[in-house]
Amino acid sequence: MNPLWTLVPPLAVIPFILFFGEKRKNLREGSIIIAGLVLLLINNGIYTDVMAGIPVESGELALLADFSLKLSAEPMGVVFGLLASFLWVVTTVYSIGYMRGHHEINQTRFYVCFAIALAAVMGAAYADNLLTLFVAYEVITISTYPLVTHAGGDGARKAGRIYLGILMGTSIGFLLPAIIWVAAAAGTLDFVPGGVLADAGIGKGAMAVLLALFLFGIAKAGIMPFHRWLPAAMVAPTPVSALLHAVAVVKTGVFSVLKIVTYTFGIDTVTVTGAAHWLLPVAAFTVLAASIVAFTKDNLKARLAYSTISQLSYILLAALLATVMSVSGGVLHIVMHAFGKITLFFCAGAIMVALHKSEISKMNGIGRRMPLTMGAFFIGAISIIGLPPTGGSWSKLLIAGGSLDSGTIIWVSVLMLSTLLNIAYLLPIPLRAFLRPDPDLQPGETATWQEAPYACLWAIALTATSCVLLFLYPRPLTELIGLIQWR
Amino acid sequence: MIDQFPALQIMVPLVAAPICVMIRNPRWSWVCAMVASTLAFLISIILLQQVMANGVIRYAVGGWAAPSGIEYYIDAMNAAVLVLVSGISAVVLVYAYRSVAKSVPAEKHYLFYTAWLMCVCGLLGIVITGDAFNVFVFLEISSLSMYTLISFGQDRRALTASFRYLVLGSVGASFILIGIGFLYAATGTLNMTDLAARIPDSESQRAVLVAFSFLTMGVLIKSAVFPLHAWLPNAYTFAPVAVTAFLAGTATKVSLYVLLRFFFSVFGKDYSFGQHLLNGVLLPAAVAGFVLMSLVAIFQNDLRRMLAYSSVAQVGYIVAGFSLATQSGLTAGIVHVVNHGMVKASLFMAVGCILYRVGHVHTPSLDNLMKRMPFTCVAFIISGMGLIGVPLTVGFVSKFTLIEASLEKGWWAIAALVLLSSLMAIVYVGRVIEIMVFRRSRETGPESSGMCEAPLSMLVPLYVLVGVSLYFGINGSATLEVAGRAASFLLGGLQ
Repeated sequence: MNPLWTLVPPLAVIPFILFFGEKRKNLREGSIIIAGLVLLLINNGIYTDVMAGIPVESGELALLADFSLKLSAEPMGVVFGLLASFLWVVTTVYSIGYMRGHHEINQTRFYVCFAIALAAVMGAAYADNLLTLFVAYEVITISTYPLVTHAGGDGARKAGRIYLGILMGTSIGFLLPAIIWVAAAAGTLDFVPGGVLADAGIGKGAMAVLLALFLFGIAKAGIMPFHRWLPAAMVAPTPVSALLHAVAVVKTGVFSVLKIVTYTFGIDTVTVTGAAHWLLPVAAFTVLAASIVAFTKDNLKARLAYSTISQLSYILLAALLATVMSVSGGVLHIVMHAFGKITLFFCAGAIMVALHKSEISKMNGIGRRMPLTMGAFFIGAISIIGLPPTGGSWSKLLIAGGSLDSGTIIWVSVLMLSTLLNIAYLLPIPLRAFLRPDPDLQPGETATWQEAPYACLWAIALTATSCVLLFLYPRPLTELIGLIQWR
Repeated sequence: MIDQFPALQIMVPLVAAPICVMIRNPRWSWVCAMVASTLAFLISIILLQQVMANGVIRYAVGGWAAPSGIEYYIDAMNAAVLVLVSGISAVVLVYAYRSVAKSVPAEKHYLFYTAWLMCVCGLLGIVITGDAFNVFVFLEISSLSMYTLISFGQDRRALTASFRYLVLGSVGASFILIGIGFLYAATGTLNMTDLAARIPDSESQRAVLVAFSFLTMGVLIKSAVFPLHAWLPNAYTFAPVAVTAFLAGTATKVSLYVLLRFFFSVFGKDYSFGQHLLNGVLLPAAVAGFVLMSLVAIFQNDLRRMLAYSSVAQVGYIVAGFSLATQSGLTAGIVHVVNHGMVKASLFMAVGCILYRVGHVHTPSLDNLMKRMPFTCVAFIISGMGLIGVPLTVGFVSKFTLIEASLEKGWWAIAALVLLSSLMAIVYVGRVIEIMVFRRSRETGPESSGMCEAPLSMLVPLYVLVGVSLYFGINGSATLEVAGRAASFLLGGLQ
């Protein structure tokens, strides 16, 4: 199947969204769900082709004299494509409940930008070369900017400025020169198993600089000190935070890093030249520092944002360690973290819609009013922490195992320390909700159910269940990751 | 017939101009200008096709053979510039009909279109000719008509802006004339091909050097290379906006073409960049230009003035590409001449649409314009992204090529500064977009809420240009191929 088809459903649905508009909401959102399901089917078709070993490629479009835009599918991209398209459907279901319950404005613009961003995510997932990846990366930045500034107030505009400033600034300031450097040195921008830089005549020191340019240039991966955009972007409506800032945008970042390490540098080149040597501490620092900052945040979405920054750096750490096991763990963690984190964001939004609460300190006892939501929150939190019986445990296990291969126990201890921190900042939230007394209730009064709209609940149930299912049946995923050609 | 196309390229606008004066009717003089411009555009496309297919075209004007007569000389380089000039003229003329009707008194319209045609004729003449003195003649034709066009501006400051340009432009033109005079004294010929052949063997190398210096200064003034750009911001701000759109896309670009033609074809790369270290002058000026002028653009509150400073910055990119003096550097410079011409013209056209409806372009007061003029704003945003160099726009194609070229030569700092100034472009373009789209309107009167889009005759040409620039942004290899061919012609010398 031609991977270009994946761009069709998200783009084709835009005229429908505009046509139905505010007046016929059901049709508008129905068309998005249909597009999402079609996209899922297409991605599934690509998945079967890749599993069967059939090459999946599109034609080329010569953007520059020697470099062209091209899509092709390889296992890592299929994982990401499947993930993003599945969660698009779920998020649309969720946002039907959320956006209406919360009476958001400009919903049509919201859905249009959302669809463009998703098409770009597909472009990034199936990018055949660095140029295509870069184009998709920038389109994602630009199309999500209106989502961040959605509310239009001064705060939202300031957040939008930080968002665009950091993401565009780093990508043009660091990522673009890195790509042009690769073009000048290797003469190609293609993703090739084993990388293209081994014989490009770049010295060890220069290699480290190049890798640093990529790592800091892809600020979507949230490495410190370029992480500020992510908490800033939390002013966006919750479905945006959920899909884009827990899945699509940030995962495009780490996915790009994984892909560049595997197919541009080649994991052997990274280890042989020691290019990642100076960058591993930065990633490790981000893991710990973001976890500690998460502690101090009372706003639930802000805490989740910092938790995301920390988790993303797990994947960066895995990529920089550059062993087969760690990078596989990184790819797996993209999926596991996505399901866990989107559940948590959905729950945060549900609490906002149903009880209008966003501060953790005010969430005492809400578990009795929203037992389903808080139960799902508990499952999501367990998965982020990486405990059985949730999917998060597999990826964490792989990354930890891979980090032991590096010969020191520093990185594995960073991971374990961070796990303890995760427990300490995530688990108190459901515990508080279930065990503390509800301050709004008179003594003797019993709590009534005040769950979010059904659409929200369905979405939450689906992602929370998936967290558990991914623990029980990780096989299809690991088999797909096993197909990655490392050399 | 087709053999005579090089002459027709000039004759059509030149003959149409006096016809315009005789017509005297606003509408019909516009029709006359429109027809002439369209014809010129078609001719230039055919010429480009011929050059790409068969190589250089040489045309002896009046049948007088080259050394004594005037020769028109067309290769890939100037064929592309001919298409750019006549194409932008045709597109902007469509747009000018409504825009000019509002800003220029009806009884002067025929003069406006006459001046316009003379300007087009002058610019095309500079580009097409292979004779050094003829360059000066056409330069004067285009300059004089340009001063006239600028002084048509509504604001009275247009007059001083025009006068300032007249003074500086005349200085530049005289320098060019002096330079050509010295060249003639040193070599005894005015034909470019002959000049190129005789300059190395000339006995009076000092005269050649003087000619070289005068020509350099003159051309740098005319192309508004920093720090000789002082005439440009006011001229662009106060001229009628259709004129600005036309000039921004063509006038400085043509001067840059003259720069290329003299340095590479006439003096030769080795003379210009080897012995006389032109890159010691050009490169610092270019780099300072694109960094400082981008910085200045950030602080401008008049949209036209912001774009004017950005134009000076973009000229800096182009000159930086030229001063690399390599195949890829020249390619980057030339492709940016075309790309920036399209982008800047469409930006000024969008500004003109805003001016048409809102009456001013004071950036901080354009809040929530997206609600009132969505199509104009979208066009502005797309073209603005082209200015920044966002992927899938033409700006990306030129910047990628420029950075690659400077890395290839090992000039890291240049690449870094290009990126830095791109970041500044994000700030100055982003600021406008943010105000247009996301800031809520302060006054919420009924008159500010309804849609009031610019007339279709302005929007359609705007979108034609935006569409063309998007096409060349996605299929950048098309323009890059022409530019690459032009670059190898220039480096190879005149044949």
